[in-house]
Amino acid sequence: MMSVTIETPNRPRTRKQANWEKYGWLFMRVSGPLLIVLIFTHLVVNLVLGDGIKAIDFAFVAGKWADPFWQVWDLAMLWLALIHGTNGMRTIVNDYAGQVKVRRALTTTLWAVCALLILLGTLVIFTFDPCPAGASAELLASFCPAQ
Amino acid sequence: MAIKPAGTLYRGKVGMWSWVLHRISGVGIFFFLLVHVLDTALVRVSPEAYNIVIESYKTPVVGLAELGLVGAILFHGLNGLRVIAIDFWSKGTKYQSVMFWVVIAVTVIAVAGFTPMHLARVFGH
Repeated sequence: MMSVTIETPNRPRTRKQANWEKYGWLFMRVSGPLLIVLIFTHLVVNLVLGDGIKAIDFAFVAGKWADPFWQVWDLAMLWLALIHGTNGMRTIVNDYAGQVKVRRALTTTLWAVCALLILLGTLVIFTFDPCPAGASAELLASFCPAQ
Repeated sequence: MAIKPAGTLYRGKVGMWSWVLHRISGVGIFFFLLVHVLDTALVRVSPEAYNIVIESYKTPVVGLAELGLVGAILFHGLNGLRVIAIDFWSKGTKYQSVMFWVVIAVTVIAVAGFTPMHLARVFGH
């Protein structure tokens, strides 16, 4: 077998830094284990402990988000899950979308939806009122003055 | 006749099917996530609006689908750890097949433990 020697490569690699794709790859592997802790705990607290799915209503959410701990928890989950999920979908789009125009349209849509939901979710977590005025008392948590 | 390569990580065997399952579970979880952020955002509309929509999560059909969702999340998360082990652990590729079956076993056991508890709540009064 003869080895091929390229005397003068016509496109030498000049870039010294890793490209954006590497940071995307790294993000999936850093956010993944964090999401396991965040989401597995979310599932245990909301679906296993107590009455599970039966207990989930407005008062349940109010009880959690009255505590800054769960606000930060859910905020981290929101941001990491949406970016992780959107980047995963982008990878799939890159694999299967043949045409450049289709690929660009899908990727742009994905990131737009991601940004919109992150914005919406963040606003909801921080502007949430666990005891909204005028709401019927039986729907509110036990710690609300209307109760 | 073409020789089927043995011992490759991604073609034909466990490596390929774990990759397929990882994609399918990931896409499923992604679309649920979109819906879940929107339904949770209803707490900002009114307690009534949130409660009406969250009641649908307690119906038999959605209740059963939740078992699939929990299974998909468990598989995707644990298999993700397996992918990380393959990428960063020097013995990762050697044990990738064993790790796949551990992922499947843990997922099946966890879903089997969760199912009676969850279904009793969904179908109980």
